[in-house]
Amino acid sequence: MNFNQIVTTLTSGFSEAILSTDEFRDELTFMVKPQFIKDVCLCLKDDLGFDLCSDICGADRFTDDDRFEVVYNLFNTGEKIRIRLKVRVDESDPHVPSVVSVWESANWYERETYDMYGVVFEGHPDLRRIYMPEDFEYYPLRKEFPLIGIPGSIPLPEIEKAAQQKDAGEAYNNQERI
Amino acid sequence: MIKHSSVDVVCGFEQLRKPTLKPKERKRYRKKIYEVLEDRDTTIIMDDDDPLEQRMVLNMGPQHPATHGVLRVVLELDGEHVTKAVPELGYLHRAMEKLAENKSYHEFMPYTDRLDYMSPYSNNTALCLAVEKLAGIEVPERATYIRTIACELARISSHLLSIGALVMDTGAISVFLWTFEERERLYDIFDLMTGARFTISHCRVGGVASDFSKDCVQAIVSWLKAFKPKIEEWRKLLDRNRIFIERLESVGVISAEDALQIGFSGPNLRASGVDVDLRRDEPYMAYSDFEFEVPILENGDSYARYLIRMQEMEQSIRIIEQALRNLPKGDVRTDDAKRAFPWKDEIYHSMEGLIHDFMMTDTGIELPKGEIYHAIEAPKGELGFYIQSDGKGMPWRLKIRSPSFCNLQALSKLCEGSMIADVVIIIGSIDPVMGEADK
Repeated sequence: MNFNQIVTTLTSGFSEAILSTDEFRDELTFMVKPQFIKDVCLCLKDDLGFDLCSDICGADRFTDDDRFEVVYNLFNTGEKIRIRLKVRVDESDPHVPSVVSVWESANWYERETYDMYGVVFEGHPDLRRIYMPEDFEYYPLRKEFPLIGIPGSIPLPEIEKAAQQKDAGEAYNNQERI
Repeated sequence: MIKHSSVDVVCGFEQLRKPTLKPKERKRYRKKIYEVLEDRDTTIIMDDDDPLEQRMVLNMGPQHPATHGVLRVVLELDGEHVTKAVPELGYLHRAMEKLAENKSYHEFMPYTDRLDYMSPYSNNTALCLAVEKLAGIEVPERATYIRTIACELARISSHLLSIGALVMDTGAISVFLWTFEERERLYDIFDLMTGARFTISHCRVGGVASDFSKDCVQAIVSWLKAFKPKIEEWRKLLDRNRIFIERLESVGVISAEDALQIGFSGPNLRASGVDVDLRRDEPYMAYSDFEFEVPILENGDSYARYLIRMQEMEQSIRIIEQALRNLPKGDVRTDDAKRAFPWKDEIYHSMEGLIHDFMMTDTGIELPKGEIYHAIEAPKGELGFYIQSDGKGMPWRLKIRSPSFCNLQALSKLCEGSMIADVVIIIGSIDPVMGEADK
């Protein structure tokens, strides 16, 4: 199987879904319409043997239309071929169908993408934040989020007054023991 | 679910809205969880009408010696059996990818050392290979050989820790001490090779920072000679040790299909019987020049995952020996001022060299626009770098596909139905490093 076969299979089967194909440094990239991504992934897994979902990640293009990008890196373990799918969604409606039912490994990848960019994956069984705390109010990898962070967004542990006292250690040592 | 915050304009500057929750409110919001966790020694009894207190939720970690870092696993127990296990990440999250977007590729190199800190050299090379693929830089042959040797040494170092810690998890301390003795010697070799023992940052885009010295090659050769009988000795002790086998066999079994589904890679995937090794399948660096076998085991249990690491170390020794025998002569960095750092001699003795060094440090490498994904076979599995470049010295987006993150995802599947004592073994056998899983 080579790239031409993949291109012909996908473009003949999903003529509506595939927006464009691109080849750069021997890597094949398909731009897919968001609503068709699950069908394309199912076809790739069942018919073309892309059984390992290497990675799913988001990207912020920081443009007015179709701001967020979700990138799927797939690997065919039988024939050792890699391809890449890309989906673009707008900031006003960042919803992409989840592919957890196709590859289970997508579970945490999609959670990470949601955590970092706020792209909501519809049909995901457990869409929680994975790295940041649950009550964090921002999406940190978006370009508008400053590198230095936002003061007050993550609560720091409170300093105990007893620990601040200079002679706390001595007082502790001088305590009467039973 | 919190809605996306809008942008405010303060004093003419756009900035993100301040957090809506005040610290006090936030504390109240979290208080319930804290109270439940603090009250009963991190144990929550689930049912009120369960007089024997059979079913409970147990927090394992984040500070637990068997979790190999700051992994937290929430276990739902029925007596001693695990009915549900949910790993929680984020305790070592350092925003690597956000930092990468604000640094040039060379500036980001030391951060990759801190990803999988058991094998920093693999991470350095993974980043360099990705950047070289994007820029289309040819690396001199000697440099690729040096990288290959160092990567295999890093693999041995990582597997040594993994095996030592796994055997210690089963309750035997001595193997851990022996493997750490060898790791100490490996650190000495890395010191001779790169000038640093732990976080080495030795790779450069277009080559490596310094050539091998004679002492270094001699040290590697003599260490290999001493190390080979030691592996045999350990295998004699462990491979057919009845206590060890009974502790590991058929613990945390995963089939080949499930392993692929859940995103396993590296030794863990090969222990389940899937024949994937990127060193052989997508030969990068100098791996196509060497003869080596890829060990495959079928069982998919913890014992297979242990055994495959032992066998891989033997293959790594073979690769290093072949590489040292055929080490080519020549340059160790590409001679292109727009793509690679100049040598220190040039910087000190010529104005052009100084300018090149300044430009490389200030603006970084000139890269074309585009995006690539390059993966290598790191000791833990497939370590990939996905880079989107907008033609500047810094990446627009850099995603790290870290093997530990993907391997850890299988933890809940492996643990469900097993005994609570086996959870420690399973974590040890899939060998996660939290620096990499949390990024």
